[in-house]
Amino acid sequence: MSRSGRFIGAASLLAACLTIGAAQAPHLPAEQLAKAIRNDSISIPTPGELFAALEKPGKPNWSGQFRGPLPTTYRNRAQIALNLGGLIADGFIAVEAQDSQQVKNIGTDIIKMAKALGVSENILSRGNSINEFAENNEWDALQEELEATQNEVKTSMQTHSDQDLVILVSLGGWIRGTQVVSAAVMQNYDERSARVLRQPALVNFMNAKVNDISSGMRDNPLVKKVSEELIGIEKLVSFPPGKAPTADDVKKVNEAVGHVMQEIQEKSDSQ
Amino acid sequence: MKRLIGIALLIAGLVAPAGWCAESDKDVEAHKAVLDLAGAFTNDGFKMRDGHWSGTLKPQEHALIAVNLYAGNQYWFSVGSIEPAKKVDVAVYDETGKLMTTESYNEGERAAAGFSPTSSGQYFVSIGLLEGGESSFCLVYSYK
Repeated sequence: MSRSGRFIGAASLLAACLTIGAAQAPHLPAEQLAKAIRNDSISIPTPGELFAALEKPGKPNWSGQFRGPLPTTYRNRAQIALNLGGLIADGFIAVEAQDSQQVKNIGTDIIKMAKALGVSENILSRGNSINEFAENNEWDALQEELEATQNEVKTSMQTHSDQDLVILVSLGGWIRGTQVVSAAVMQNYDERSARVLRQPALVNFMNAKVNDISSGMRDNPLVKKVSEELIGIEKLVSFPPGKAPTADDVKKVNEAVGHVMQEIQEKSDSQ
Repeated sequence: MKRLIGIALLIAGLVAPAGWCAESDKDVEAHKAVLDLAGAFTNDGFKMRDGHWSGTLKPQEHALIAVNLYAGNQYWFSVGSIEPAKKVDVAVYDETGKLMTTESYNEGERAAAGFSPTSSGQYFVSIGLLEGGESSFCLVYSYK
């Protein structure tokens, strides 16, 4: 069955009727769009969504995107949060590669970092579930579990008045996801794959959230650096709608996010 | 089986982390209603996002929620509400505010819109209460 056929099939299952946006205005003014609700839990896509889009023209070499283990002994809370987001993205990569041992290793590191931030003990049961699903090669369930783990970490941060860390987790995940996707596109350039890198509004939203965090955290040298570099990254991912980035555009994005990722994961002697 | 486990985890996640959205009982009911609807799409390979938006709408009111989508993916945006809402509506707009053509499913207090973007970027999901009284709403989306 064709892709659109399956799409319609899903609706048919529910006895769907096809209409075009009845009772909705044909056009919304910019002022109304500016006031739209934007929140971390629904306006920021998961790495899984990004990777699903990348896979459409052909499955990339996911295991080629693995990176070595990260230190799990950072002391700086902002740095831990950024790396935790990156690790969760690594978990999605391991799921795409269907590498159960890699998933288990990353799951263990996620729990270690989450505990270092003092998040709820409930997170331990997530670690057990990740291991169990990985043992049984339950890849769809693992994707859901990784997202649920990320949300549980964020929930715990909220309840422990660590709201500032929430956006850093999302940001770390986006940076790592974009690093991997741009690297995969560079290895096997395809216009359709390259189109997934267009996300100016998303970068703008995340940077606005970073600028909204408390001054103590915002003055953290790493957070400052990341925020400054996001301004440049926003420009690099602002391709016109409908126009695919060139191979050179993709390379520039990869270099920029790679540089930020290096700073995020670097462990200085004082840490 | 794994989808059932996934849905069970989603429901467990919905009940457990009360601090995240400070949801009311009505919000939780609306969330359950939408999980029921969105769960049907998982039979066709769609993965349901764990994140959601909950809120309240009055008659003829619309809520506009920004989402960031990827070209190449297919999406279903599902909305659930509870009594006294009678008829709800979902639509998708692009970043310029233009109404997108979607596949739509309407079943009284639940509705969904299917959309496949050709350009990655920001889109807006509009949820409207067309008939009935003020009610809690919940939006989730699925992708593949």
